[in-house]
Amino acid sequence: MSDQNDNPIRQAITEAIAQNDVILFMKGTPEAPACGFSARTVGVLQALDTRFAAVDILPDPRIRQELSEISQWPTIPQLFVGGELVGGCDIVTEMFESGELAELLGAETQAAASDPQVADGSTLQIENRLS
Amino acid sequence: MPDAATIKARIEAAIPGATADVDDWTGGGDHFQATVVAGAFAGLSRIQQHRMVYDIFGDEIGGPIHALSLKTLPARSS
Repeated sequence: MSDQNDNPIRQAITEAIAQNDVILFMKGTPEAPACGFSARTVGVLQALDTRFAAVDILPDPRIRQELSEISQWPTIPQLFVGGELVGGCDIVTEMFESGELAELLGAETQAAASDPQVADGSTLQIENRLS
Repeated sequence: MPDAATIKARIEAAIPGATADVDDWTGGGDHFQATVVAGAFAGLSRIQQHRMVYDIFGDEIGGPIHALSLKTLPARSS
């Protein structure tokens, strides 16, 4: 749609996905998840020693709305690796158990090794860009 | 208020040949867990398989259905 560039939230989300090799949209923060599904997904990423960026979708309902429009995925959390939606808690857990997630993240980390933009684990503050 | 039997019936009606096992996770009628086996999943990624199921419920996911935990399996063509 032509209004995409006029939508700062959507733009911020799109940029965050593009700029972070591993990014998790969740309820709450990795330190204080506000939902069991988000907590479980953070736990999986931490179990694999993954450095990831995290976005709390709770501060503004528009974040979730725009995110789901972009990803065509209705639920939170949502994990993106290399700009692609990997899935939510169920898929991430299943891929962790099968070893596929370690493989995916391992490959992604190698590809990003020379990239200074690699996620540093800090929490992104998309809501700060709204005003 | 959705219930497990309704969700099962809707999944099986929407995806030809699908078999769904649906549990009400908490007993509260809003957190469900479904295992769906369908030939239609063959060749699709997990994301695509889950989307097929989520699409049946549209805005109800996150609304009346707070959570629908999914496990999808392509049916074996025997």
